[in-house]
Amino acid sequence: MEITTSSFKHCDLLKIKGRIDSATAPQLEKTIQALTNHSRFRIILDLKELEFMSSAGLRILMITQKACRRYNRGELVLAEVPDVIKSALELSGFTQLFKFFDDPLSAVGNF
Amino acid sequence: MEIFDKQIRMTKLFLPGKYENLVKISEFVRLAANEAGLDAVSTYEVETAVEEVCANIIEHAYGKENVGDIECTCEVRPDELTVILHDWGKSFNPAKIRPPNLNAPLKKRHAHGLGLLFIRQWMDEVHFNFTAETGNFLTMVKHKEKVG
Repeated sequence: MEITTSSFKHCDLLKIKGRIDSATAPQLEKTIQALTNHSRFRIILDLKELEFMSSAGLRILMITQKACRRYNRGELVLAEVPDVIKSALELSGFTQLFKFFDDPLSAVGNF
Repeated sequence: MEIFDKQIRMTKLFLPGKYENLVKISEFVRLAANEAGLDAVSTYEVETAVEEVCANIIEHAYGKENVGDIECTCEVRPDELTVILHDWGKSFNPAKIRPPNLNAPLKKRHAHGLGLLFIRQWMDEVHFNFTAETGNFLTMVKHKEKVG
């Protein structure tokens, strides 16, 4: 898994490439915590190049969304989600917990 | 005996139970799924189910990484794929795992039980078989989707 972070004035964009599974989920969690520890709670995950996500990844998404939405201080949103990963999110009942964007720039514009 | 049937091709992978090996198991299963003629979506579903089983074996059956091995067997038939996962760790009662509440508000949501949800929803057949003598076997079948 590769994560590329771009910081904007009001939000941070993380492009994730490869697999989020039990082996790589801790790396994603650390990267996100580095942002939230600095009070950066408006986060976009661009999943265009994500090939696979297991429930270990879903767990990180849920923990992050809970941390970001607390006190209404921000939100985690998802951009360019591949169809197979969208179907995993639908099966898990995650689609009502996140906003989805077709491209990362409109996600940035959301904040 | 079924094993001598020319219509069946069987492959096996035997690996230590650690998370970095999950990607190898995934690739192994993907090849078998392709051979069985499953489409991209079905293949992804099988990969996810196998991944969740193996992560559970490491986390729950063995309790942590590098405690025991995982044996993954794929049986390829013309229109279906059977994956058998075998471990020698602690057994569990799948009926005791509470299904996650998928409609709960965010504050009350938990990620527990999602793995089992994928396994049950995305595989066509799931059979658990636990014995003290031979270890734990989980057999899952995915049929090739019918066109038309």
